[in-house]
Amino acid sequence: MDFLSSILEQGLIYGIMALGVYITYKILDFPDLGVDGTFPLGAAVTATLLKAGVNPYLTLPIAFAAGLIAGTCTGLIHVKFKVRDLLSGIIMMTGLYTINLYIATTNNVSLYSTETIFRNSLMTKIFGETIPGWADLLIILVLILICKLLLDLYMKTQSGYLLRAVGDNDGIVTALAKDKGNVKILGLAISNALVALSGSVFAQQSRVFDISMGTGALVVGLASVIIGISFFRKASFVKTTTAVILGSIFYKACVAMALKVAGATATKLITAVLFLIILIVSIDRKKKVKIHA
Amino acid sequence: MLELQHIHKYYNPGTVNEMCLFDDFNLKIEDEQFVAVVGSNGSGKTSLLNLICGSIELDSGNVLIDGKDIGREKEYRRNQYIGRVFQNPAMGTCPSMTIAENMSLADNKGRLYGLKAGKNKARMNYYQESLRQLGLGLEDKMDVKVGVLSGGQRQAMALLMSTMTPIRFLILDEHTAALDPKTAQLIMELTDKIVREKKLTTIMVTHNLRYAVEYGDRLLMMHQGKAIIDAAGQEKKDMKIDTILEQFNQISIECGN
Repeated sequence: MDFLSSILEQGLIYGIMALGVYITYKILDFPDLGVDGTFPLGAAVTATLLKAGVNPYLTLPIAFAAGLIAGTCTGLIHVKFKVRDLLSGIIMMTGLYTINLYIATTNNVSLYSTETIFRNSLMTKIFGETIPGWADLLIILVLILICKLLLDLYMKTQSGYLLRAVGDNDGIVTALAKDKGNVKILGLAISNALVALSGSVFAQQSRVFDISMGTGALVVGLASVIIGISFFRKASFVKTTTAVILGSIFYKACVAMALKVAGATATKLITAVLFLIILIVSIDRKKKVKIHA
Repeated sequence: MLELQHIHKYYNPGTVNEMCLFDDFNLKIEDEQFVAVVGSNGSGKTSLLNLICGSIELDSGNVLIDGKDIGREKEYRRNQYIGRVFQNPAMGTCPSMTIAENMSLADNKGRLYGLKAGKNKARMNYYQESLRQLGLGLEDKMDVKVGVLSGGQRQAMALLMSTMTPIRFLILDEHTAALDPKTAQLIMELTDKIVREKKLTTIMVTHNLRYAVEYGDRLLMMHQGKAIIDAAGQEKKDMKIDTILEQFNQISIECGN
């Protein structure tokens, strides 16, 4: 039971990040490596704020805003200075490493003594001294549902249409007399904001900030997005955002099971191998579709 | 009125591949004129359109719309008063969005793309009505993704979308070239209808000499960055395909084609 609920918690927390990665990778067709820096950025901001005694619920919008700024920077580097997408992300990722150190002041911050969105006076008031395990899951679920619904709503606005159009056929955005660069920057900003939010929740749940926690974050996000989308390709009643979240849970389940067999040292190797398998499987599907067509 | 004054454009300046495309090119297009432009490959037809739309930069010269120079304005800004249909039918629509979504997107051109509902439900009847006039049955497929439509259907939509909002100029860049003859004819007739109805000032580049003769009220033949035929009014009406073809063959021989 513990094993299962931990998979769900992890899957949902990373699901928030996957929603962000979905915007860049699937909608904008932009492999944003900056995610590896924005995920710990959200965590670093949160750790510092929690240490300073700021209300834990307030850390969420602040982390979101920090991601918004980081994403805007990636966008500006790419659009205004015409640096290639992959390189813009790498520059941001590298720069953010130091910025995260500045924010957190050390490379590891323990959050066991501070309040978090899961453990605070308000929660104790509701549940008493021993907060049940499912309360964590409930909070994460509420958070991710809010993110998902807001994102779904946004995608149905005029601005959201423009964002979808820029990834689909950016010529049409120019034809509509709008600067396609600005639309891309907006997409990157929203994406990175979600990633930083995910980092914030992750830090509060695991009660630790670690400078290396972002390594491979993009791979996890990409894997979730690709699994989600290729699993639910045929099921049109499942919204893509839902599919991405389910993909994240599925991916975390796979990793958790593999870890049980191979042990914690193998984490990154398992992550990489699983991602490779997912890529191969999803590419194979595309081919079959083409043969049928 | 659209005026091109003293246009100069070189490709690859300062290299061995330097090529002069326009050397002091001038052109004046009156309001509500429908200009057909023909010419061999590399004669500067598409470059002319790109210079007007801002897809490529001018070396020197002015592009005036009603006396205002827009020659240094960014492409997306110029598109506020320009509608353009490309040769490739995929360029004018968003494949992963539905017909209704594409129409709503195009209908909002010139306005803010904010947090209002993207799909303009109040205008859905109008969209269906304009799609019905195409006679392609698109009005019953409002929730179908544009990516599954045929090239002709997409091009018809692109034409509709680029002329939906008030524009000063319609730019057609070989917009029938990628279509089969029957669909091309359909799109051409549709173009003529829209241009006449909305009284649009139009520049159409085409390789189809018959279209150039039959449609429009002015004909330009481009060759090495110059307009070697410029016929309007009665002169254009009296023009025969054979006359143009003869001229065409002559310049082709000069070029060794």
